[in-house]
Amino acid sequence: MASDPRAWRWIGALVLIALAAALPFALSNYHVFELTIVMIYAIAVLGLNILTGYNGQISLGHGGFFAAGAYTAAILMHRYGVPYWATLPPAAVVCFVLGVLFGWPALRFEGPYLALVTLAMAVAMPQLLKYFDSWTGGQQGISLVKPLPPPWVPLDRDRWLYLVVLAALVIAMRLAANLLHGRTGRALVAIRDHPIAAAAMGIDIAHYKTFAFGASTLVTGVAGALSAIVIGFVAPEGFGLFLSLSLLVGAAVGGIVTISGAIVGGLFIHFVPNIANDISDAAPWAIYGLAMLLFMYAMPRGVVGSVAPAMARLMARAAASSNARKQ
Amino acid sequence: MHQLLQQIFSGLASGAIYASLALALVMIYRATDLVNFAQGEMAMFSTYIAWTLVNADVPFWAAFAVTLAASFAAGMAIERIVIRPVESSPVLAAVVVTIGLLLILNASAGWIYSYTLQEFPSPFPDRPVFGALMTTRDLGVIAVTLVMLAMLAAFFRFTATGLAMRAAAQNPESARLCGIRVGRMLAIGWGMAAAIGATAGIMVAPVLFLDPNMMSGVLLYAFTAALLGGITSPTGAVVGGLIVGVTENVVGTYLIASQLKLTVALVLIILVLVFRPNGLFGTAIVRRV
Repeated sequence: MASDPRAWRWIGALVLIALAAALPFALSNYHVFELTIVMIYAIAVLGLNILTGYNGQISLGHGGFFAAGAYTAAILMHRYGVPYWATLPPAAVVCFVLGVLFGWPALRFEGPYLALVTLAMAVAMPQLLKYFDSWTGGQQGISLVKPLPPPWVPLDRDRWLYLVVLAALVIAMRLAANLLHGRTGRALVAIRDHPIAAAAMGIDIAHYKTFAFGASTLVTGVAGALSAIVIGFVAPEGFGLFLSLSLLVGAAVGGIVTISGAIVGGLFIHFVPNIANDISDAAPWAIYGLAMLLFMYAMPRGVVGSVAPAMARLMARAAASSNARKQ
Repeated sequence: MHQLLQQIFSGLASGAIYASLALALVMIYRATDLVNFAQGEMAMFSTYIAWTLVNADVPFWAAFAVTLAASFAAGMAIERIVIRPVESSPVLAAVVVTIGLLLILNASAGWIYSYTLQEFPSPFPDRPVFGALMTTRDLGVIAVTLVMLAMLAAFFRFTATGLAMRAAAQNPESARLCGIRVGRMLAIGWGMAAAIGATAGIMVAPVLFLDPNMMSGVLLYAFTAALLGGITSPTGAVVGGLIVGVTENVVGTYLIASQLKLTVALVLIILVLVFRPNGLFGTAIVRRV
């Protein structure tokens, strides 16, 4: 059984999850909070990877769906006293519906046009949030009380939220893997690579593209809801164009046609600006821009997209040579 | 009634600015099939160059000319260095690269000039004309746009370089076989687009005040204008720009709160793409398998 590569992969994944779950107990509160934010970005980037990486629909406006998820959670908690964990399903539904509604006209837009529409959405988002101020709290946004862990869990707030977000990330990655490594995923990639040939093979392009949009915005929206819960605050200025662009940067850096690349993307989005901020206020954006250019030229498949195949080749070579020795 | 006319005329002035930037977008789209998301930031950066010159007591029109020349050179350099490597890559790579350029230009402007608002002088006096329907400043902006449009049309119609550029945009392979240096034509196209954008930036800066994020709204309106006119048509870009400018002003005054002006642009973009994807003057794209 242990020689089966699939079993090894399962064991590896479980060990990684166990390590990730143990990590907060070795770190200070602040670092735990930071890693929680990293995982939230990772979920958001994962959503973008589904749409832009696997299906080739370019979105420069995923920050808008992130905002929709965040505000759904915040409004439910603030106005209706809904417990934090119960806000995730409604946020997922709201963002899925928004994504499908947006994806439907987007069917007619290709490449740069879709990028344009979503860019317009990202630019308009803060205005819209400010305008409906009776719901969104306008400029001031909404402050939330950070949730407490359930009484039977002997953990402090930050570590508990870390574990909640970790669980969400694992579930999202697993679901994305199921979706993308099966029939649907192959259809999405076929549509990306050659829509006309895909249609000729009987793939319902409208159906799959709309679905990809919905699935993608669902995942990103859940990330938004988690961010509202963990940070305890939402305001229009946090959801502008630069949020959308940083998600795209994260996707490009981690590897846009990968699933685990989203984690690298999350790390990049959170830590690089923090480090660069010491140099100048403007520096993070300059570094983002440079990273975008460099990755497109030198590593178009991102960190994970370039490293994983190289690892696989090495493993295959090692396996081949050990087999040869046995004979 | 008088107020409506006033709104329409001042809409024409801002429309002329959108039209210029839309024209820059169309130039690049025709030459390289690329939507240049960094066009607004390129214009913003050029405007800072002009601002530096004006502050160093260079006369306005001299500063204007120097800025256009510098922008032209910078535009060519950007095409050569940044855009050329991804010219034949999938759309995603090209979009990401122009977005990267947007971020770099925005950040470097913030770094060099800081994010504080700066006043920018207008070359035109601010006096009401035509029974207070317009100001001389609006008139000046519209005149500059029209002159630029006429010069561009003449350039493409009557000069050898203009003809070569049209050939390179229409059919690069055949143009290359005729001995046209296609790569150089593309670079010139980017240079001209940068100079046109610089004009738009300099015209809009006295109204909006200069800061690194000045152009994000303007760029959105310019995109709307370019799509409305048909992204392949220069005339369409100008007509689209004027329509967008007037719509923005009238709708913002009478129908909805002006905080939602950008949302109007978003809705317009979606409507145009859904109901008339080739715009008013654009040509339909036929794809071969």
